[in-house]
Amino acid sequence: MSVAAGTTRADEAGDGGAGAMLATEGLTKIFGGLVAVDDVSFTVPTRSIASIIGPNGAGKTTFFNMLTGLYKPSYGKVIFDGSDVTGRRPDLITGAGISRTFQNIRLFGTMTAAENVVVGRHTHQKGSIFGAIFRPPYVRKAEREGIEEAHELLSYVGVPERLHEQLSSALSYGDQRRVEIARALASHPRLLLLDEPTAGMNPAESAELTEFMRKLRDERDITILLIEHDMKVVMGVSEHITVLDHGEKISEGDPHAVRADPRVIEAYLGKQG
Amino acid sequence: MSTVTAPAPARRRRPLTERLPGTPRLQSRVLAGVLIAGAILLPYLYDAGSPFIEDCTIALAYVVMALGLNVVVGFAGLLDLGYVAFFAIGAYTIGWFASGFFAGSNIHVGVNSVLSKLPGIHLNFLLILLVAAILAATMGAILGFPTLRLRGDYIAIVTLAFGEIIGRIAVNGDSNVLGFIHFNLTNGRQGINPIDRPDLPILGQFSTLDLRPWYFLALALALLVVFINIRLRDSRLGRAWIAVREDEVAAVSMGIPTTKVKLLAYATGAAMGGMAGAFIGAFFEQVNADQFAFSFSIFVLAMIILGGLGSVWGVVVGAITLSFINTRLIPDVLNGVPSKLGLDFDLTQLGFGIFGFLLVIMMVLRPQGLIPEKRRQIELTEGTAGEESVFEVRQ
Repeated sequence: MSVAAGTTRADEAGDGGAGAMLATEGLTKIFGGLVAVDDVSFTVPTRSIASIIGPNGAGKTTFFNMLTGLYKPSYGKVIFDGSDVTGRRPDLITGAGISRTFQNIRLFGTMTAAENVVVGRHTHQKGSIFGAIFRPPYVRKAEREGIEEAHELLSYVGVPERLHEQLSSALSYGDQRRVEIARALASHPRLLLLDEPTAGMNPAESAELTEFMRKLRDERDITILLIEHDMKVVMGVSEHITVLDHGEKISEGDPHAVRADPRVIEAYLGKQG
Repeated sequence: MSTVTAPAPARRRRPLTERLPGTPRLQSRVLAGVLIAGAILLPYLYDAGSPFIEDCTIALAYVVMALGLNVVVGFAGLLDLGYVAFFAIGAYTIGWFASGFFAGSNIHVGVNSVLSKLPGIHLNFLLILLVAAILAATMGAILGFPTLRLRGDYIAIVTLAFGEIIGRIAVNGDSNVLGFIHFNLTNGRQGINPIDRPDLPILGQFSTLDLRPWYFLALALALLVVFINIRLRDSRLGRAWIAVREDEVAAVSMGIPTTKVKLLAYATGAAMGGMAGAFIGAFFEQVNADQFAFSFSIFVLAMIILGGLGSVWGVVVGAITLSFINTRLIPDVLNGVPSKLGLDFDLTQLGFGIFGFLLVIMMVLRPQGLIPEKRRQIELTEGTAGEESVFEVRQ
């Protein structure tokens, strides 16, 4: 079993490198009487692109929220790059190297695109309150670098230069998605979680984003885990797919195996007569 | 935020690019220089002991106070209704450390020969400012703690209660603080007086006949606090405050430690309130428990809303305006009006009615404040991410 293999490697901690970037063990979230995520164990190998799919309400976003620390898991463990990060504060998890985007874009609307990205750099920029007041050279330098990097990242994700100083709320949907990815990249993540990144994009934009994900992985060594509804994107880009339904993991494997799995077909299309 | 519900008037919109990167630097610097020069020359146009200088001094103290609250409410978006607590802490700090109140102890640090012969604790005024800032900041952080998990109106309720607690302690602190320590902490309604007058380098020994040193001290404090406000606004911390104000979930997911960032806002704001409190205590030469009422918090809040939440210069204008309405317009100009109309009431008793009326007018005509802050204006006129802003308003 690949899951068991992955977790043991993670448990041994420290060998890093070739092991799993992310692993969960029996991750469970219960809201009152509702089991939103039920005993999910899975691994995401380092430098891979993996997907989580499932019908609406399957618990995908809840699962993401546990990975990033927004929700505390009821049971189970989250192991990131060999260390247990279960229930850690979300800002610390981001600092450790997991970054994310949101299903319903959550940019800071009164900030420009570039300012949004600079905020994403928070964990990488030093500075105390006294640094902010007296603005010593190292703070000025960090500020300048932050702004430069923000513009670089925005260009990297494909936001044209003339839009960098525009209010993020004034940008088109596709550009907002791109700015959000740039903001997530600004924290220099090793694992990037994308929550429905192609929602609201046209087919050409989706294809572009698919290409971009590969580029990210190859050029920046970032492991990518995405939640996605667009099957063309999912099947095209992922090396590993995990299927959730009603909070449970019902299938996993490479795209071919998952596509052929009768349980997956049942979850999406209902039982065949 | 619950304060920004009024519909916005449709105004001519400038192109977006002009809005955020900031106003022309040189122009605003020249303007600031002229204003500061004017403020320095102003007292020489009047008698040294003129009541006008007194009113200006009070207005400047309120500027410090309001800019402190601006950090908490305007920058970080935490509606604090208990700000009077930090005024009280600052005022008692000077009451304790610059008077004969603790007659049993004989501590003198950095004071002149006259004061060093008196019983009690007498510290140098600058030292007291520092102590007041630190004490208030500590209390600010402590107050912030229970509000960390709360949002919007609930923060307002908790902070309001905190302000009331400090107010009650001030009134009842003359014998039995917290019910078990038999110790006179505040001298209750009798208050602590007289408080030492500062004796500072350059400005010399302060007196009641020459109000200019008081004015200059207040001006220096106000400029310092303006400077700190601007620097904080344009910093990594300032951005983090905006992020937390706009979308806490997104902020924390970007690695911003929301707890720390919010506590820093409370502590910074409180420190400024504490300094202003110490100054006002020294200026009136007394600290009295009746000063620390809930209405004071509202008064300062009204200043920043009138001027423009989050806008540094707006808050300065708002504070000066309301302070002058309070010290000049109502008692001197308007007070004769009711009797002329054949009515028999004291208009000074209606101060808060007048402020309330002003705020209502403002909310109808110019909800973003006299000098609006750019981001706040965007939030008001365009709303941020559609449904999210509705969610925020309802919170």
